[in-house]
Amino acid sequence: MSAHVTEPFIRVESLRKAYHRGDEAFLAISNASFEVAAGELVALVGPSGCGKTTLLKILAGLQDWDSGEVRIGSAAHPFDPSRDIGMVFQQALLLKWRRVLQNVLLPAEILGLPNRASRERAGELLAMVGLGGFEDKYPYELSGGMQQRAAIARALIHDPKLILMDEPFGALDALTREKMNLELLNIWKKSGKTIVFVTHGIAEAVFLGTRLIVLTAGPARMADNIEVVLSEPRTLEVKTSERFGEYTRRIYHLLGMD
Amino acid sequence: MSILSPDKRSQPRLLLPEALRRNSLAVLSHVALMAAWYLFVTYGNVPSFVMPSPVDTFATLGGANYDWIRNTLVTASEIYGGYALAVLVGVISATAFSWSRPVEETVMPLLVSLNMIPKVALGPLFIVWFSYGIFPNTIIAFSISFFPVLLNTARGFREVEPELLELVRSLRSSKWQIFAKIQLPSALPYIFSGMKVGAILAVAGAIVGEFLGSSRGLGYLMLQVQVTLDTAAMFMAVILITLIGVSLYGLVTGLERLVVVRDARVQ
Repeated sequence: MSAHVTEPFIRVESLRKAYHRGDEAFLAISNASFEVAAGELVALVGPSGCGKTTLLKILAGLQDWDSGEVRIGSAAHPFDPSRDIGMVFQQALLLKWRRVLQNVLLPAEILGLPNRASRERAGELLAMVGLGGFEDKYPYELSGGMQQRAAIARALIHDPKLILMDEPFGALDALTREKMNLELLNIWKKSGKTIVFVTHGIAEAVFLGTRLIVLTAGPARMADNIEVVLSEPRTLEVKTSERFGEYTRRIYHLLGMD
Repeated sequence: MSILSPDKRSQPRLLLPEALRRNSLAVLSHVALMAAWYLFVTYGNVPSFVMPSPVDTFATLGGANYDWIRNTLVTASEIYGGYALAVLVGVISATAFSWSRPVEETVMPLLVSLNMIPKVALGPLFIVWFSYGIFPNTIIAFSISFFPVLLNTARGFREVEPELLELVRSLRSSKWQIFAKIQLPSALPYIFSGMKVGAILAVAGAIVGEFLGSSRGLGYLMLQVQVTLDTAAMFMAVILITLIGVSLYGLVTGLERLVVVRDARVQ
């Protein structure tokens, strides 16, 4: 697909980041380099402490780094760091005192987007994530999976170009998690966003990602950058295919778990 | 009906809606206490200077020249005034702490140390500094209810989910937006839990002040009638003081219901 030379949407070059505690330094990321094309769903996969959350925070502009280069945006897809990032975390982090619709509207309020258009869009997004009719509920009236759907709608409300997800389904039960994976693929296709998805679930990473960035801990380094080609559209059946098994085996091997 | 529904709670126990049933039980227990008090005093041969009956107690409202209304208003204004000041100063200082780390790190440990002082022990000092009357008593009520408001509010500001802050910071939100949209509303349940503790303490503070030195108020009145062994009037004063406290507490919980979503309330 990207045979001809197109400018990548995200370019990370020789990135290095260490945390300092007293005179001890913990290397979180060493020499990570990869590129992401616009519209890709990249899974950052690795064990705890491999620096994947740090990498996500750097992409979000919430964290500085020691050396290397991080560039987001291209001529075809200009990127405004103040309004082109949507974030989803492991916890839904909905504001308890706001109804679902008001929660989804939070980024629009912060960015000062026109109220009426945002409300309309929030309604559409809630319908898309399967929460039509739940606009006036409070978060505590929703299940964990539903709260996470609302959090995804919130991440999309300001129409950002880049969605950063940090183990968004890690707190859900296994079945809900599978369901949410399918939903996410759906949402991704409909919205055409570039998504960076952090997970320690290897099967989840292979199932979702068009590209896998494999990170290892101790020593922290980037172990591989794999393009994932599976039969599309991806359904749960894909998980039983031979190729799927090859990809997961490859990651297990990289993480030294075979 | 009970055959159809195995749920025990839906079995007809008392044919009243749940809230009404609970409220009437609460009223019942209060009435029962009054009745027990009455019966104990009437049939137990208890001398009335030890324990007057409820009837004697309430009769003092009409009889003796105790100026109930004025004394109640004095005590109520000390309690309400000191408490309002405590909430105002407590919330504002906690807000200042949340805005400036150095201020918090400097002032907070000092306040924690000052909190260790038993505030009522300062009563005699306040009277030296501010003389007799409503003002020093208001200050005692303030000083004793200020700390729980401050400490709880400060804790509320601290307990905001760090990832939630990251989420709004990724949108380059202003400090004011973070405060108004995230920090203050998420601290509200803590503010109210501090306010509830403070409300009870404010009452104690004002009364101690009146005991120490005052020429008006229900606490002062209690000391006056103690001399003449008018125990019924002392009982009445205690009841009125309690009612002032209950009114304040009720006001706070009512306000809490109005502004804090049920799920977010601190139990």
